[in-house]
Amino acid sequence: MQLLNTLYVTTADTYLRLDNDTLRVEVEQETRLRVPLHHLSAVVCFGHTGLSAPLMHRLAEGGIALVLLDDNGRFKARLEGAVTGNVLLRQAQFGRVADPAFTLDMARACVAGKIKNTRQVLQRGAREAKSEDEAQVLTRLADDLAASLRALTEATSLDVLRGIEGEAARQYFIGLNLLVRPESRAVFQMDGRTRRPPRDRFNAMLSFLYSMWMNDCRSALEAAGLDPQVGFLHALRPGRAALALDLMEEFRPWADRLALTLINRGQLTADDFVLREGGGVLLEPDARKAVVVAYQERKRDEINHPLLAQSVPLGLVPLVQARLMARALRDDGAPYVPFVAK
Amino acid sequence: MLVLVCYDVSTETRAGRRRLRRVAKVCESTGQRVQKSVFECQLDVAQFEALERELLAEIDAQQDCLRLYRIPGTRGFEVLEHGAFKAVDFDGPLVL
Repeated sequence: MQLLNTLYVTTADTYLRLDNDTLRVEVEQETRLRVPLHHLSAVVCFGHTGLSAPLMHRLAEGGIALVLLDDNGRFKARLEGAVTGNVLLRQAQFGRVADPAFTLDMARACVAGKIKNTRQVLQRGAREAKSEDEAQVLTRLADDLAASLRALTEATSLDVLRGIEGEAARQYFIGLNLLVRPESRAVFQMDGRTRRPPRDRFNAMLSFLYSMWMNDCRSALEAAGLDPQVGFLHALRPGRAALALDLMEEFRPWADRLALTLINRGQLTADDFVLREGGGVLLEPDARKAVVVAYQERKRDEINHPLLAQSVPLGLVPLVQARLMARALRDDGAPYVPFVAK
Repeated sequence: MLVLVCYDVSTETRAGRRRLRRVAKVCESTGQRVQKSVFECQLDVAQFEALERELLAEIDAQQDCLRLYRIPGTRGFEVLEHGAFKAVDFDGPLVL
């Protein structure tokens, strides 16, 4: 498995075309970048980006995902080639959704992965906290998450499970505020998770990073031959990539951690956001680019995968996890094990 | 691995100039031009063999010359870059 690159086009009024089996990016008819297609696994375009039909054909043919997002990183469209993968695997997947016991176990695994990873974020925060009081609060919140993890094992229905997840998330987001360095707290204060639109700067950044992860999780599932819409924790709904949302849960804390890094290193400041009428907060175009660059760099970090017992770039972990999901769906007695960093 | 492709194509004749264009095209589709007839391509073994085959199909062995250097990864110290031209790192963040 190789971590292929993703091209992100965030500059307005760019045009992408196919030129001699390379992708050429033009801004005002001037070539800015040429990338041979064999380096790419996806092309992600923000807002007003034009692209030629021959390029679209070539991307579909080469199995390179083309994703169109609006200026804020919200998903608009995706170009996909012919349905590929193993039909027997998909059939097994559909069968599993009808099995309540399996659905519950799978959903439990996803929530457990998320809570374990969020707990690590808080524990690390507690270790690095500057003041004794804050360390105590963070440790207490981390202990609460441990209690949620214990409660998970006894949850007998999806609704109970979702309730535990919601409560754990609420606690965790209280703790997240304390991980912002004191000087930045006035600017990056969050009062719980808000979206559509995000109502503060922290939430704006999280929404943006989550949509980046979401795209990668969806592509990973498709690469493993699974149907991204048929999920377990998230209810089936037309147009909703439920399985991609399930897979993404365990990666949310990674996005949160990256957001904290960007804030605490001062890479993003108050001026990098626009406050819209009606209370919505959005990232400025340059800041968006900085976040994408940071995200791409983070994906190259080598992470020790406990189950594989080897080091993998973080960007490949969704692919590994998608294959583990496929295995759990196909084989009896092979439970899905979410990715929890050591 | 990094593959360095260098060529000299005889442009005395019209056929020669045509070969030059076609060799350049093949190289452009797999890597990036770093000097006039020097390309850097980041390839795996299969892609390398495909590239070699395609290039051999274009050149005239009597008049032209083609050199392919295969450089294994040595922790990013394969290339030292000086001067005005800056190559794109296709493994780094591609954000425009």
